[in-house]
Amino acid sequence: MRSKIGIAFEKCKKEKRAALITYTVAGDNTKNNSLKILNAISKHADILELGFPHNTPIADGGQIQGSSYRALKNGIKLTDVFQIVKKFKRLNPNKPLIMMGYFNLIFQSGENRFLRNCKASGVDGLIIVDLPYPENKKFARKCKKKSIEFVQLLSPTTSNIRMKKIIKDSHEMIYYISMLSTTGGKLKVSPKKIIQNYEKIKRINNKKNIVIGFGITNKTISSLKKADGLVVGSQLCKKIANSLKNRLNAAKVLDKVVYNLKRKII
Amino acid sequence: MKIKRGIQLIDQHDRNFMYGGKFGGNFIPETLKKPIEDLTKLFAKLRKDRRFLKERDHYFKSYVGSPTPFIKLENLTDHLGGAQIYAKVVSEANGGAHKIYNATVHCLIAKRAGKKFIVGDTGAGYAGKMLSMAAKKFGLKCKIFMGAKDIQRQRPNVLAMKKNGATIVPVKTGSQTLVDAVSECMRYWVSNCDTTHMCVGSTVGPNIFIKICAWSTAQISRELYKQVKEEFGRIPKKMKLLNCVGGGSSAMGFWNEFMDTDVEFVGIEAGGPKNSKLHAAPLTNGSKVGILHGAAQYVIQDKEGQIGSTESISAGLDYPGISPLHCFLKDAKRARYTSVNDEDALKAYQLVSKLENISPSLEPSHAFYEAIRLAPKLKPSEVIIVNSCGDSIKDKDIIKQKLGTYIR
Ligand SMILES: Cc1ncc(COP(=O)(O)O)c(C=O)c1O
Repeated sequence: MRSKIGIAFEKCKKEKRAALITYTVAGDNTKNNSLKILNAISKHADILELGFPHNTPIADGGQIQGSSYRALKNGIKLTDVFQIVKKFKRLNPNKPLIMMGYFNLIFQSGENRFLRNCKASGVDGLIIVDLPYPENKKFARKCKKKSIEFVQLLSPTTSNIRMKKIIKDSHEMIYYISMLSTTGGKLKVSPKKIIQNYEKIKRINNKKNIVIGFGITNKTISSLKKADGLVVGSQLCKKIANSLKNRLNAAKVLDKVVYNLKRKII
Repeated sequence: MKIKRGIQLIDQHDRNFMYGGKFGGNFIPETLKKPIEDLTKLFAKLRKDRRFLKERDHYFKSYVGSPTPFIKLENLTDHLGGAQIYAKVVSEANGGAHKIYNATVHCLIAKRAGKKFIVGDTGAGYAGKMLSMAAKKFGLKCKIFMGAKDIQRQRPNVLAMKKNGATIVPVKTGSQTLVDAVSECMRYWVSNCDTTHMCVGSTVGPNIFIKICAWSTAQISRELYKQVKEEFGRIPKKMKLLNCVGGGSSAMGFWNEFMDTDVEFVGIEAGGPKNSKLHAAPLTNGSKVGILHGAAQYVIQDKEGQIGSTESISAGLDYPGISPLHCFLKDAKRARYTSVNDEDALKAYQLVSKLENISPSLEPSHAFYEAIRLAPKLKPSEVIIVNSCGDSIKDKDIIKQKLGTYIR
């Protein structure tokens, strides 16, 4: 059976466009609101990434830290995150959803229990920020057994030899970090250079779906639209923060923002 | 879990850089894999490079001021009755604490790596002060990450960093203490690892930083081993080495050369205010293993894996985690760990400063309190050595506020 993530990429390829991938944090700022946001943006986004918040995120910039902080302050727990996914999936059974976060939460939960909960709530994939290759091999294999996509990460610092190994052991989707930065940094590398690196990865294995993330906003997204997929995260988190500050309906605001992002890549 | 004899503790890890199969490792974002691998290779080479070792020894002697004194605390010993109490006065090292060893070595490595910028974290401000000093000496531009709360409470060290020309970045996330400073420093390094060398201020973080730090502070016990032999003619049968542990760098350095002897190691964690539950004592209080700053360790956390807040009068010990090396020593039963609360640490500071010519900062005062607690129960033939790894001058404001007066 094709995975939902695979099907989403196929559909985008047929439409000759990049897949739009959003990142928001579960529970930002409440369970209900983050579910409403997911429902709203899923009309435009092809794949949804949902962060499960950690309070010591060593690779996240201010915006995502802010989202995580708001969610944790409102008491979000891992079981709530799975509830949000479950409810979202009930309404949108075919929309792929990838959970993203730090390994300690999985470690405390227990890998097997965590994956059972992923399966039961309908999670399609996982991105674990601080469990790099090859340390992640065992866990990635467990994911595969459960038909959960384990998304490997590549970065500008990844050497060629390493890149080949990671790609060889990867599943369908790979995440290329555009630049040396935490999330939310300004794009400090030229889109041309990023696309060059992207193409280098594609040449190693053209079948993998390579998505680019970090530093992508409505200003930069169209210059990278050649990629299989593009991830926008911090800009969305920032819009949520602004909506809360200005007492606007965050789901409505995000609906528009993601709609506009989509327009820029079709 | 067992410690092997004849092999440096820092090298007793498996292929995944785990100690005892359970502690340490490299839980890091992909971007840091390469810089950490490069640094790991470079350090492995430098450790065997005679010229580098000569250079290290040269600066330890002429710049750090090695060896630091080893003295008997006659008055304290008489006052308590019981074991003989000694101090290794590491606070006599240039800059006033053991953090100078790690800072100096990191600057030497950064030079070899061709880096012009160096960044580091700090809690008590010593790690930052020393890094800024060494950076200035070796011509590196220096940036220090420090929690906003610690900037408030460790003013003298902040002023020293500024005087040395370092940029201080106040960290205002979370509890605004050391844990947040380390996180923010690592984030900065993720973004700047192509041009910048990172120094982690204690034996925590990804494996290579634990190694470099413990390798550097080991100088303390290299000196002490000789000094003890000179004093007693041998290593006394019943001897205890007491050291406060925050991240655990001073304790690792204090104990390293005695690893294969019968000497007893006691690590003292921060118990926090008497009636607080926000202690910083993951080893004493049986915290679970979790991942913090790239390494698996006993760490204060909730059931979910969110890192817990801590509270301690000593900024240097106010950290929810602990070096994987100490986790290893604990599980292998090579070292014993206990905690001392804020109030008792203050009492120890007061007593030692009154009776002796040294005046320990609040971090080693935790260890001195354990010495005060233990000594009367022991025989005069037994020996207690405390690592006096910092000077109270940096805590003047806090001490005045808590006790009304400051003596030194
Ligand atoms: C004087 C002093 N002692 C102890 C510590 C705790 O660190 P570690 O356990 O790494 O020695 C610090 C940290 O800042 C310190 O400044």
